[in-house]
Amino acid sequence: MSSLGFVMLCHTALNRAAQVARYWAERDCPVVVHVDARARAAEVEAMRAELSDLWNVRFCRRYACEWGRWSLVAATQAASEMLLREFASVRHVYLASGSCLPLRPVEELRDWLDARPRTDFIESVTTEEVDWTTGGLAEERFHLRFPFSWKRHRWLFDKSVEWQRRLGLSRAVPDGVSPHLGSQWWCLTRQTLSAILQDPRRAEFDRYFRDVWIPDESYFQTLARRYGAQIESRTLTLSKFDFQGKPHVFYDDHLDLLRRSDCFVARKAWPGADALYDAFLSAPPGAPRVAEPQPDRIDRVFARATERRTRGRAGLYMAGRFPNPDWENGKSAAPYTVCHGLDAVFEEFPDWLSRQTGNRVHGHLFDPERADFADEAEVFAGAVSDSAALRDYNPDRFLTNLVWNTRGERLVFQFGPADRQEVTEFAVTDPNAAFWVVTGAWAIPLHRQNRDFAELRRRAALLQKVEAQFLERLHSVQTRAVTHIWSLGEFLDQPMEHLQTLIDHIAGPAAPRLAEAPRMAEIEGLRGFVQALKNQGMNPVLVGELPNPDPAPRPPARTRPYLVR
Amino acid sequence: MRAIERYGLRLRRRRFRIRAWRKSRALDLVVDRTSLIRRGQILCFVTLRNERARLPWFLDYYRRLGVSHFLLVDNDSRDGSREYLMDQRDCSVWVTDASYKRSRFGMDWMNRLLSRYGHGHWCLTVDPDEFLVYPFCDARPLPALTDWLDASSIKAFGTMLLDMYPKGPLAEATCAEGEDPFETACWFDSGNYTISRNWQFGNLWIQGGPRARAFFADRPDLAPALNKIPLVKWHRRYAYASSTHMLLPRGLNLVFDEWGGEKATGVLLHAKFLDSFGRKADEELSRRQHYAASREYEAYAGAGSPDFWNRFSERYRDWRQLEILGLISKGNWA
Repeated sequence: MSSLGFVMLCHTALNRAAQVARYWAERDCPVVVHVDARARAAEVEAMRAELSDLWNVRFCRRYACEWGRWSLVAATQAASEMLLREFASVRHVYLASGSCLPLRPVEELRDWLDARPRTDFIESVTTEEVDWTTGGLAEERFHLRFPFSWKRHRWLFDKSVEWQRRLGLSRAVPDGVSPHLGSQWWCLTRQTLSAILQDPRRAEFDRYFRDVWIPDESYFQTLARRYGAQIESRTLTLSKFDFQGKPHVFYDDHLDLLRRSDCFVARKAWPGADALYDAFLSAPPGAPRVAEPQPDRIDRVFARATERRTRGRAGLYMAGRFPNPDWENGKSAAPYTVCHGLDAVFEEFPDWLSRQTGNRVHGHLFDPERADFADEAEVFAGAVSDSAALRDYNPDRFLTNLVWNTRGERLVFQFGPADRQEVTEFAVTDPNAAFWVVTGAWAIPLHRQNRDFAELRRRAALLQKVEAQFLERLHSVQTRAVTHIWSLGEFLDQPMEHLQTLIDHIAGPAAPRLAEAPRMAEIEGLRGFVQALKNQGMNPVLVGELPNPDPAPRPPARTRPYLVR
Repeated sequence: MRAIERYGLRLRRRRFRIRAWRKSRALDLVVDRTSLIRRGQILCFVTLRNERARLPWFLDYYRRLGVSHFLLVDNDSRDGSREYLMDQRDCSVWVTDASYKRSRFGMDWMNRLLSRYGHGHWCLTVDPDEFLVYPFCDARPLPALTDWLDASSIKAFGTMLLDMYPKGPLAEATCAEGEDPFETACWFDSGNYTISRNWQFGNLWIQGGPRARAFFADRPDLAPALNKIPLVKWHRRYAYASSTHMLLPRGLNLVFDEWGGEKATGVLLHAKFLDSFGRKADEELSRRQHYAASREYEAYAGAGSPDFWNRFSERYRDWRQLEILGLISKGNWA
């Protein structure tokens, strides 16, 4: 006769429950089955018929069960009483559900319990210490009354809680009871369980718990503390809950994960998981192992699921994730760098920067004509097109797509006042963005253009206006981006020091010292050009004070561009 | 949203349902096997025209996933589609020669069949060239997904339409009857989709992919919508408002998370771009029965035999790849 007996609470998928009950019963563990009174009659009949040949399977009185209410405790009490009464040899009672699945041979569980004959395994913690209650009702479960069903009458439930709080209603916990909570799946010794069920004050306790919220998580957990000689506060049933407090379901593809957990019983298995049921219910009796259950091994997988559901992947916009503004948990997937004006100061700057940092560097991605990807590509990572119309249709997504598609490398691109500016609103509020700005750099290409001066002046005024608006955004209190801003004058004063900070920023602290200096653009005559603009009434303030002395007029023989040393 | 707007949407939903009932009078039921439908089964609703070669693989694909019954409207096929379907033991078939366009591109017919047969079932409304891929679909059949959705009190499952294309000109990409179209059309664009929100209906508006790139680069606003909600625990009061892009009541369109998290979503692999596409574009253009004056097909017809492939195209492997690329999400289904 076995020392271990099972109480099974079954609601749906009774064919699977019957399979598991048979597995236990055939291995000499008596089983008392409670079937929800709402289960369909045909299914219940089929289950009874299926198990009719087993002498040690009994069916107890049926209660109509509803999640979160007393009926689940009543069902457990009835089934436990029957098990203790009819199977005198049982020493440990294991409470399981119809969707539980034994992961290790029941003989191993029995041996393991035989080695701990006096121990009750029931998760039982005080309300202050639980962090898993969802819905905020931890302490209040025990002090308020819950006459309405949360599942069926949510509105009434919420209102009744609200009014009890408002009126300050609170009821006393019975003497000698200190509320504890825990998983509803336990394994208790006959001594403890019978002490709870035969307590002279049971009627009083039952009356109290009848109005407690989710009593199946607190009735036995609380009363076991009164009688249990040796309580181990943990559950032997592996069961994972998602962020809404709903149990995770195990499927065929969890087979390896469950095997490695070394837990005795898991809840809950999907009824259609044929491979799981086949694998665990037909395990050939090998040499019994004595491994300790390791539920933590599975934790990681399910913790990741909660993280994904609540915080998601930063910078991803897709059919299942479209955060409202400022709720993104990361507006973009990775850090990226915007070089503003630098390519006007230096010739072939993107190529040079790319060589120095080993990072791909794009041209003007927001050029009005087309997105200027590195190497003149017409499409880029993720099959993003260089079409200006497609980009301008949704510039924010164009940018976040590029950052997402190039995760693992830093997106670096050129920007300037001649580019489309719509994206800046998004980018300056993104902590992943870093702006390296040389203001007034537009004056350099402008002063070399062979155009009427009046035209150049108008152009300069326009570029300065656009750039001023951009700077205003960069200086706004909403700005979260990293910004480094120099006027052209300041920058030209110490160009290499400033460039080194950019290299360090892109290539990291291990960045090499500059090996090769970039070629500076032709700036001869720039001071004159700026002065001419001033003389004509357009003050290029963003250019700043150009360094003095002006780069000396070059000897006529020298035709190669100026090189910064 | 103000109460008056909400009421306006309610009236609209009622109009859709009345219209669906009116338009459904043009449907003739030719094979009725709906008495085989059992409680809790997953149903598939399809409108089709001249898809004989596609049907065997289509039906098998969804049978394997766990669809129990197909309810199909045959819009005047001439290639034997109807006869083929009439022989399938899990198909109920309606026929009509009424206008596809004037039945709101088949949605009136679908709405009617959905409210008549779909109530209380998980219903999958797809075209014959759309193939659902969802997280874990290689190990967990569709009923596993719908059970989980039920347990999570989720009523609609969102997807994105993922256009699949071959490498090389479409005209050379053949797919024989009964063959997997994604053996040939196995490439897709992984990261060029733009998303915005339609505040009136609450749904997302996704555009992009190879069609936007190749045909709508100058008019991106006209590019086809790729957001789809094909799988819904149907109630007779629901209605599809525009294709399967959006539903009423609008709460059903909230298949995405607004606070930074991810909800479980899938894709519909779109097997449209094969050699059959050119023929279809020519034919549809002359019928002028498609959305927005067949603008899509006009763009295609002008393109000759396009080649969507480029060196950043991704080759399709499985759902895990799509999850890593961020096109689908497991949400908190683990």
